[in-house]
Amino acid sequence: MAILSVEDLSLSFGGLKVLSEVGFAVEDGDIFAIIGPNGAGKTSILNCIGGFYRPQKGKVIFEGSDITRRSPDRRAALGLARTFQNIALYRGMTVLDNIKLGAHAHLHTGLLKGLLYWGPAAREEMALRQEVEEDIIDFLEIEAIRKLPVASLAYGLQKRVELARALAMRPKVLLMDEPVAGMNAEETEDMARFILDIKEERGITIVIIEHDMNVIMDISDRVSVINFGQKIAEGTPDEVQAHPEVIKAYLGEKRD
Amino acid sequence: MRIGDYKVSYGADEAVFRTGTVRVWMIVLFLAMAVFPFWAGDYLLYMANLTGIAIVAAVGLNILTGAAGQISLGHAAFVGIGAYTSAILITKLGLPFIICLPLSGLSAALFGVIVGAPSMRMKGLYLCIATLAAQVIFEYLFKNWESLTGGIRGINVPAPTIFGFEFNNEFRFYFITVPVVIIVVTAARNLFRTRVGRAFIAIRDRDFSAQLMGINLFRYKLYAFALSSFLAGVAGCLWVNFIKIVTPEHFPLHESIRYLAMIIVGGLGSVLGSIFGAIFMTIIPEVLKSMLNIVSAFSPDAMAYLSPLQTVVFGLLIVVFLVFEPHGLAEMWRRVKDYFRLWPFEH
Repeated sequence: MAILSVEDLSLSFGGLKVLSEVGFAVEDGDIFAIIGPNGAGKTSILNCIGGFYRPQKGKVIFEGSDITRRSPDRRAALGLARTFQNIALYRGMTVLDNIKLGAHAHLHTGLLKGLLYWGPAAREEMALRQEVEEDIIDFLEIEAIRKLPVASLAYGLQKRVELARALAMRPKVLLMDEPVAGMNAEETEDMARFILDIKEERGITIVIIEHDMNVIMDISDRVSVINFGQKIAEGTPDEVQAHPEVIKAYLGEKRD
Repeated sequence: MRIGDYKVSYGADEAVFRTGTVRVWMIVLFLAMAVFPFWAGDYLLYMANLTGIAIVAAVGLNILTGAAGQISLGHAAFVGIGAYTSAILITKLGLPFIICLPLSGLSAALFGVIVGAPSMRMKGLYLCIATLAAQVIFEYLFKNWESLTGGIRGINVPAPTIFGFEFNNEFRFYFITVPVVIIVVTAARNLFRTRVGRAFIAIRDRDFSAQLMGINLFRYKLYAFALSSFLAGVAGCLWVNFIKIVTPEHFPLHESIRYLAMIIVGGLGSVLGSIFGAIFMTIIPEVLKSMLNIVSAFSPDAMAYLSPLQTVVFGLLIVVFLVFEPHGLAEMWRRVKDYFRLWPFEH
């Protein structure tokens, strides 16, 4: 069953057409990759799914219900998590607080209970701390840096903290925008292993945008190729690699 | 020196005062605050009360501006709303002080939410101008709505009474100010250990990703405005009951800017910073003034030349602080503590 599907999605900013009639369905438990040249509209698709952009036409369907008109914070509460291409961590907070923030939508402490703290708010915070420590920090191997402010961390670690924050959102679908961009070979390998673990151990569906073709072809179950805001191909990694339109988009064509 | 301090539960690690040493010093601080009024004279107690009231207002502004990142140029107006609400409730309806205190906060919070509503659409400097408009409008109302506010003559308020006990001098009022300050500071510090405080900081640092994390931006911005102006209102209520008169010129724009200076000098987004900032901005001008008095005892002419210099020196001090420690006194304090953590074995 498709857990997330996008139908007939069209988006334009004034006269600039960013997406035209893009559609795909992501099966539950898959790693679904979206690839395409720079400026093809990949991140715009994620922004439409996440609710940051409102498409002019088309639908986003999550677990069978239409969420196209829902606000981004409501979608997050439903189970859509996101990591960003250019890291969007909160620089003023520690690693631990950043990760805890991911769980925001699942916590219940209101303003007054927060001011009082002792009682329900404290119990909730302790349960959260335990979950974050034992389920996320341990899994992503970032014990050593949890008390540091994120601004002081190396790029690769910041990406990992961002993934940790997304996991704290208890997602059903994880949207990842270029998770290995700018990483060295070792960091890339680590990240690819984490992504596979998230899929296999936690059963979380992953939608991933990436330029690193080795990673994409290795880990994804299905690949969709976008060029100039249109979908030009979709299939298994092998099918897509052999597709003539894809070769044309990536390598150009011979002039006669 | 702090060694062998291992935590065995998450609760111990999440505590505000995490080590025995810190707890001992906190007890010392509380004892000092309890002994202070019996030792200090009227003038020092007067300053202590003003400082306490400034701390309450500064904690409020620091939640809105330092933590949630919404710059406000209208904080003094909210202190004014609290002061006027309290004065009107006491003189016209004869309500007791203990009821006026939360009501003043609530009335300021209500106006805070109204002023904060444009924050849905406006950010940064534009929002700043909207709060400036609020400052100007409320100042105008204080001055011109004579039937309610008494115009430029203001309102005189009797000394507050709690359970028949009259708090009519600096010494007695100290025992109102200090508990309120302790409650406000504790509540504010607690808030930043929960999801609400984290959401404020997320909105400040990156509002669009905060929304994708499930934070309802508008609701939390209004929370920040409401809470900030509530504390301003409480500070206003304390202030009017301490000074016993309220007039429009007590809440000008430069008072709003003074509150901003407090949180910037103290440390943006830090509760401890608000305390340091409020103390600095209240005490230092007085220290400079008393230094001037000492100098003028030797040469009587000095007063005329040096009294404008007082403002210059004060401004210079703020600039020097910001250049050498842009994160404020709270950060400076943290560095001093870090130094002594391993002292005397530095390396």
